[in-house]
Amino acid sequence: MTEAYLSPLWISLKTVIAATVLTFFLGISAARWMARYSGKGKNLIDGLFILPLVLPPTVVGLGLLLLFGNHGPIGNFLALFDMTVIFSWPATVISATVMAFPLMYMTARGAFEQVDSQIEDAARTLGATDWRVFWTITLPLAWPGVAAATVLALARALGEFGATLMLAGNIPGKTTTIPIAIYFDIQAGDTNQALILVGVVLMIAFASLAAIAYWKGKTYKARIEVVNRENVEQEAG
Amino acid sequence: MINKCNLFVLAWLLCAASVISLSGCSGQADTTTSTQSPAITLNISAAVSLTDALKEINGIYNQGKPNLTLTPNFASSGTLQTQIENGAPADVFISAAATQMDNLQKKELILNGTRRNLLNNRVVLIVPIDSHLGLTSLNDLATEKVKKVAIGDPKSVPAGTYAHQAFDALGITAQITPKEVLGSDARQVLTYVESGNVDAGIVYSTDAMTSQKVKIVASAPDDVNAKIVYPIATVKASKNPDAAKAYINFLFSDQAKAVFVKYGFTMASK
Repeated sequence: MTEAYLSPLWISLKTVIAATVLTFFLGISAARWMARYSGKGKNLIDGLFILPLVLPPTVVGLGLLLLFGNHGPIGNFLALFDMTVIFSWPATVISATVMAFPLMYMTARGAFEQVDSQIEDAARTLGATDWRVFWTITLPLAWPGVAAATVLALARALGEFGATLMLAGNIPGKTTTIPIAIYFDIQAGDTNQALILVGVVLMIAFASLAAIAYWKGKTYKARIEVVNRENVEQEAG
Repeated sequence: MINKCNLFVLAWLLCAASVISLSGCSGQADTTTSTQSPAITLNISAAVSLTDALKEINGIYNQGKPNLTLTPNFASSGTLQTQIENGAPADVFISAAATQMDNLQKKELILNGTRRNLLNNRVVLIVPIDSHLGLTSLNDLATEKVKKVAIGDPKSVPAGTYAHQAFDALGITAQITPKEVLGSDARQVLTYVESGNVDAGIVYSTDAMTSQKVKIVASAPDDVNAKIVYPIATVKASKNPDAAKAYINFLFSDQAKAVFVKYGFTMASK
């Protein structure tokens, strides 16, 4: 009996950690790029990044299925190396990452755009490379927003169901994440088992909300500090 | 003049208009102006393997009955059982196994005296039509060349329960369990096999007949197939029990039997 809900917990844990790490790096890269990008097709690229958030998860799942399936471009490519993504654990990570990415991207980009570019430019005039500017100035200043984005992405990855079910399927012990287990438990009339998993998800959801509220408070304070320091410096001369 | 405020108001009006017209549409079915008999809607919760057969039978039954609307609801028997237990409106329940009907009877959700066995079926092993694995029996599922087998979730899908019974009878359950991909109903299992993303699947022979993208390579052991039965009954909470009973009687008629047989079912022996 405990096996039945330990397995989804363990699989969800692995999936969420892997997906959040992937989403973090992909998200802040895309956000950093787009925050300062002013070239052609900015809105189109932006729309493409946000698309999984706007589409129903089953539509995204279908798209992934067509892409990674054995008649799809990526699926055929991977088949050359004898690898299949469909109905495997990596498929849960891919689905969760694709669905969480827009949240990470949008929130992180908002945080980066709020960083005063004058500070970054000042660093550049002192000789810092773009890379160094990003890691030592932009990211620390945007950190509260980026942290909130990461927590959002984590929560989204944990709750991902539609696309995961389509791409990874329900394979107990391999791809049955918490949301999938809840769905099939309800179908089987196993409400008690489902409720235990629901309880776990609720706890994580509340913890995420608390974390996001905490980081949002810090953003406000960080901005007040920067503004105050600027005011003090201006008054001083 | 077009400005943001006007656009908002226009958008809200369009939303409201579509909501009103949509609810108006569904309302019409129930408010016919016939003076003969009141409009009746029968909700039929049926196992998903009955999809094609029932749709055709419903079309026949509907003829000459303008006040009758038949609303089928197809899903796995376990899902239907859960729905009925939680008060979903259903007049007739057709399950693909005795278990779900027994469960409802124990909770006194079935009208006494209306339960009968309607159909029999067979459970078969299918592979994608272009499969080169050369499977010839269920025992082949235990070999290395089969990586993924799709079956219905045994906890809620009778086809999955029958699959496990077949595996148990052959003593291969332990080898197959790590390869199982669980579907939420038999038709989803069929789709998995059609897509080629699994090597094989267990579905009803009637499901396999509806698809040109799979081929049947073996049948479950006879003693497993012999126990497959589709019970039918009137749900106790039905608001139209007489109409429900009349519909059920029709399903036992020669006309309905012809359709069932056409789709590969056999009528239950008792």
